[in-house]
Amino acid sequence: MKSVILYSLSGFSTYIHNLLSSNIGNNLILLITELTIIGITLLISLVLLCFFLGWMERRVAAFMELRLGPNRVGPQGTLQIVADTVKLLFKEGLTPSKSDKFLFNLAPFIVVVAAMMAIAPLAFAKNFSIFDINIGVLYVSSVSSLSVLGVLMAGWSSYNKYSLLGAMRSGAQIVSYELSVGLSLIAIVVLSGNTSLGEIINSQQNGWWIFKGHIPAIIAFVIFIIASTAEINRAPFDLAEADQELTGGFNTEYSGMKFAMFLLAEYINLFVVSAMGATLFLGGWMPFHIGNWESFNQIMDYIPSFVWFMGKTFLIIFIIMWFRWTFPRLRVDQLLKLEWKYLLPISMINIILITLIAIMGWHF
Amino acid sequence: MFLKNYILTVFRSIKSLLKGMKVTGYYFTHPKNILTQEYPDNRATLQMFERFKGEVVMPHNTNNEHRCTGCQACEIACPNGTIKIITKQELTADGKKKKRLDTFVYHHDMCTLCNMCIIACPSDAIVMAQTFEHSVYDKKMLKKILNAPESKLMEGVE
Amino acid sequence: MRGLIEEDYTTKEGEFVINIGPQHPSTHGVLHLKVWLNGETIIKIQPHLGYIHRSIEKMSERLSYRNFIFATSRMDYLAAHINNEACALAVEKGLQIEATPRAKVVRTILSELTRLSSHQLWWASTGLDLGAVTPFFYAFREREAILDIMDETCGARLTQNYMVPGGLMNDIHPNFQKRTKEVLKQIKEKFKEYDDILTGNVIFINRTKGVGYLSKEDALSYGVTGPTARASGLSCDIRKWAPYSAYPSVDFEEILDTEGDSYSRYLIRMKEMKQSVSIIEQLIDNIPEGDFQEKTKNVIKLPKGEFYQRVETPRGELGVYIVSEGMSSPYRIKYRSPNFSNLSVLPTIAKGYKIGDLVAIMATIDLVIPDIDR
Repeated sequence: MKSVILYSLSGFSTYIHNLLSSNIGNNLILLITELTIIGITLLISLVLLCFFLGWMERRVAAFMELRLGPNRVGPQGTLQIVADTVKLLFKEGLTPSKSDKFLFNLAPFIVVVAAMMAIAPLAFAKNFSIFDINIGVLYVSSVSSLSVLGVLMAGWSSYNKYSLLGAMRSGAQIVSYELSVGLSLIAIVVLSGNTSLGEIINSQQNGWWIFKGHIPAIIAFVIFIIASTAEINRAPFDLAEADQELTGGFNTEYSGMKFAMFLLAEYINLFVVSAMGATLFLGGWMPFHIGNWESFNQIMDYIPSFVWFMGKTFLIIFIIMWFRWTFPRLRVDQLLKLEWKYLLPISMINIILITLIAIMGWHF
Repeated sequence: MFLKNYILTVFRSIKSLLKGMKVTGYYFTHPKNILTQEYPDNRATLQMFERFKGEVVMPHNTNNEHRCTGCQACEIACPNGTIKIITKQELTADGKKKKRLDTFVYHHDMCTLCNMCIIACPSDAIVMAQTFEHSVYDKKMLKKILNAPESKLMEGVE
Repeated sequence: MRGLIEEDYTTKEGEFVINIGPQHPSTHGVLHLKVWLNGETIIKIQPHLGYIHRSIEKMSERLSYRNFIFATSRMDYLAAHINNEACALAVEKGLQIEATPRAKVVRTILSELTRLSSHQLWWASTGLDLGAVTPFFYAFREREAILDIMDETCGARLTQNYMVPGGLMNDIHPNFQKRTKEVLKQIKEKFKEYDDILTGNVIFINRTKGVGYLSKEDALSYGVTGPTARASGLSCDIRKWAPYSAYPSVDFEEILDTEGDSYSRYLIRMKEMKQSVSIIEQLIDNIPEGDFQEKTKNVIKLPKGEFYQRVETPRGELGVYIVSEGMSSPYRIKYRSPNFSNLSVLPTIAKGYKIGDLVAIMATIDLVIPDIDR
């Protein structure tokens, strides 16, 4: 495993830490400085990530729809979304006259902050995460459900019936799909016997859980993808927005940068759930190994762990985008029917099977 | 029985969804199917069909002569009042007074491109052009005078 | 102008009024629906019209019998050719002439091509209304090919104005037959793709099955026509009941269903597309030689009387009613537009369904708003 360490980002972070601690004596100031650096780096990289995801979504959609997509601003249209952001920055941020102005302005921040908080325990590369908390799985699943608060606030404070309908749909939807997401996460927690994301990744050194956990793990993975698509309000579960029914749902009244923040949050959420899926089911930054085929495993080890992580994450992101550009939207009662009649019972039975596998030690 | 139906429903649903994903996935991986025409980059090659109705024009020959006799058949045939023909009296060589075209005013902004004027014209003086880029900054610029300045009626057209 | 219709915003406990339109993505134009909701459930719908009224009927009263045809392209702009044909047929009825055999066949082919393109746009927008954006582009690919045929022969893609009383404006383009056959081949290949992506999709079936049930009695009493009525088992195809142009000579089926829900309306249109293809295939190689236009007088004057001609547009029965006083322009023209009657049944069939269903119902009724207001 020597080569993996060579390419991991942990050396870089250790270097910065050593550099700072040699110059700053006070521990508190050191901590604050490091946190600030992490925060700024995270903000910049997340905005860049969202630019990339926005571009990717447009191009994926365009190619599926026999179009070219944006290809004029920058090479292959990569800077189109920058141009759009500049436009949104200059746009007037309208606030409806009868709206609850405090909540109306607060809502986009809550949504973005809730989305960003969930980034913390993710391991982007070997030994490289912001805060590898020992209850990582629990933390992510609880923080990501905070965003419903922002959506409800946005819908309620807009003083618009479309917004309110959208927010109410979103409330019902996120609360119920939380269950399935939680149960499919628990499946992996049961298998690995750990809630720390770092430990879960380490437990996949000899194979990813989606392969090691037999069919129940695959079922859990599928349920995770479906339910998390619903949880982040993306098509075919984008009932809270539903342009064709509610003309934009909870963000009908938002414009300018406040609207852009909802978009930002949507893409961060998309990244977070995909990264969670990659971490739990596809082994995070762990390279792909086949049994005892040493030469193959060696070659795989030479690919940096960061690339492995991003590759898996973007695979899941692509699948979720693929859903969006293929399926029609569900109706609100069918959405709940899907959760309570199909996903939840199946994942409950699945959990029993997983537990059986874990207890009997049938997994590899 | 219930369980069997339940499982069958789940499998059939997933199968139907995968079918749809197969179609979109096929087009994603086969970019040669892309239909987008990159206008205005393809201006040089973009060709309209020969019958395409873009605007009414009056062809002139090299001697700056047209075929319009000023009979106003097109003005009558036009449903919208798009065409306005102003005539003048002109002395011919043998000293007779004759009605001749002075100005052929064509309001492109009012025209529905219905082709009625073209088929009404007895002397084939006006035709449809295949141009299609008509945007201007002022609506007044769409009011066009079709006969070229100093143009004359072609010999032999009555 | 206030108070023509008394503004009604009275609500019961737990209800609220929401205005869908005139600027709304799924009303396909400027239709304004005032919807009373209880939560997401529809209690009552009141359509408001008049946002795109251009008084086409009144305008036609000062136009000659050749000239009033062009305006009908702007009524049902997705079936402009069929509207034009209806007017031409009505004037021919008044003149007691018939179009030449060649013109008749070409008219029928173009009508069916129009129906195909209209149904394809309907399919595209149905998918779009229900949230599937991608099918939109697949349908537009084939529609584009059909519009190219129109462009080549008629000189316009949407508002063709290719009909004159007595026949066609010009002869067909030499490429017409070849290009039509190519397009038909392409369309037939793509039908399976349509089925894969939307017809068989479980989400789509759930969204439309059992939604917006229209009974045969309701269809009859509201004057609903076209595929919307045929899905409820009401046989009303003008091409069968009062054949015009070359329809008597072709062999086709009137598609009927008895379910009456949105999904059956969807299936009817999908099957009608296949019927249209088969009609064109029967005619395309058998266009008779001869004149494309029956000679008419320079100034057409209809004898005193009333003339009515009806045709089958993609959305139902279009009637053209001309009252003539023997002058060179009509005394009165009235269009019986299919969309007006089809819209009138919407409040009845959408009651009790969810707001998402309203979108599905509107999509499968296939409303074209300029045709409602004229």
